[in-house]
Amino acid sequence: MTADNIVISVKGLKKAFGENQVLKGIDIDIKKGEVVVVIGASGSGKSTFLRCLNCLEDPTGGSIYFNGVDIADISVDINIHRQKMGMVFQQFNLFPHMTILKNMTIAPIKLLKLSKTEAEDRALSLLDRVGLKDRAESYPRQLSGGQQQRVAIVRALCMNPTVMLFDEPTSALDPEMVGEVLEVMKNLAKEGMTMVIVTHEMGFAKEVADRVIFIDDGIIAEQNSPKEFFENPQHPRLKEFLAKVL
Amino acid sequence: MSVLKFATWIEEAPNWLLKMPEGVQKFLFQLYQTFIHADRWKLFLNGLKITIIVTIGALILGIIIGLILAIIRTAYESITVGKKPIILRLLNTFTLIYITIIRGTPMMVQLLIMGFVIMVPKSDTATLMCGIITLGINSGAYVSEVVRSGLISIPKSQSEAGRSLGFNFYQTMWYVVLPQAIKNILPALGNEMITLLKDTSLVSVIALRDVTKQAQNVQNLTYNALVPYISLAVIYLVMVMGLQKILSMLEKRLRKSDR
Repeated sequence: MTADNIVISVKGLKKAFGENQVLKGIDIDIKKGEVVVVIGASGSGKSTFLRCLNCLEDPTGGSIYFNGVDIADISVDINIHRQKMGMVFQQFNLFPHMTILKNMTIAPIKLLKLSKTEAEDRALSLLDRVGLKDRAESYPRQLSGGQQQRVAIVRALCMNPTVMLFDEPTSALDPEMVGEVLEVMKNLAKEGMTMVIVTHEMGFAKEVADRVIFIDDGIIAEQNSPKEFFENPQHPRLKEFLAKVL
Repeated sequence: MSVLKFATWIEEAPNWLLKMPEGVQKFLFQLYQTFIHADRWKLFLNGLKITIIVTIGALILGIIIGLILAIIRTAYESITVGKKPIILRLLNTFTLIYITIIRGTPMMVQLLIMGFVIMVPKSDTATLMCGIITLGINSGAYVSEVVRSGLISIPKSQSEAGRSLGFNFYQTMWYVVLPQAIKNILPALGNEMITLLKDTSLVSVIALRDVTKQAQNVQNLTYNALVPYISLAVIYLVMVMGLQKILSMLEKRLRKSDR
């Protein structure tokens, strides 16, 4: 049903919380290696959209084909598919009772059945790439916000995901720490990782995104290449939004 | 066995004792009568064994039951979209009924019902099991609410992080939520353990000879209540203080990641 290079195909995705219809039918195909940045006003449904992609919020309508399987179908074992979709949260969500190394290795050991040594080797080389190898035995509380978020990114990478989802990864950071996290994400994009990123960092979107989508009132109001998107917006709501944030 | 008389005892007493005031002599006599005469310390020791076995057995059973019940209720409440599975609904109803009945009736009544209506143990071992099971079932109801309060106290974002890595609900509970919850509930759990330890003093109603029962026996043999019962209180106090010590050590270890 999909071309080979399409990783996620979303069809008519709907999500309601009780009476409140947040997503009103979203259609999008995300290609392998593509970096999609999602922007929108708060309350537009952009975070809900991202959280629906790995079913942290169960969709109330439509389908999400990931590697050809409709993961919005509740009879599908979502846990298997989540292993292949790394997720990074606004609040980092590291496990406070585990060391950094344990944070990163617990899922590969328990779910991918890697040996402790294999998992630790993988974790340490990832930590090395984000410059935090010497903090492997620290606890999350002992790290700065930027360091914690870098760990959260490599924790997700430790599962060898095919897609990475970022839910406002820099919104909870002190301004001087935003750069170090965006740098890690840029490198990841360069290496060809498929990424879906909800963010307010317009500069990052311009520089790194292959496609920017604007969600407004539960639908994709506009999508385009970053150049066209920012220089030549069409939708009146997008013009209004960009005028406010740029 | 005839009761040891003070007059007989003092005749054989060593010289240094005779020089003591009469009050001290009487008190030492009572101590002698309670613990040393006819090897009565063995009664206390045997009773202590029963008390400790029942406490440890019921603690373990109570924690297992409490964990299972708490996880059932949390699993039930975690499903907010769509229909909840029928098995989970049945288990949740059972859990609610269980907690209501156990918390709604006195421990003493539960022991009487288990001992004389449901289990009716015939041997010593069976009676011991009956005591452990009854207290464990009782403790489980309270532990489950303590554990549930702990599970609720952990932010939802933690279980989301676990789920996003691909862990299922129960793995997320086990690896991510429960270890953090236990740390938070340790003081409340300690309370429950101390209550359980002291509640074992009720098991004599199903004819278990625990340390309380033995103190009563000694009182019957000596016509002396003061020393056996004060000693009994001291025995419980020391055990509770030991338990507190263990719990605070455990808490320190679990708080390692907070520093």
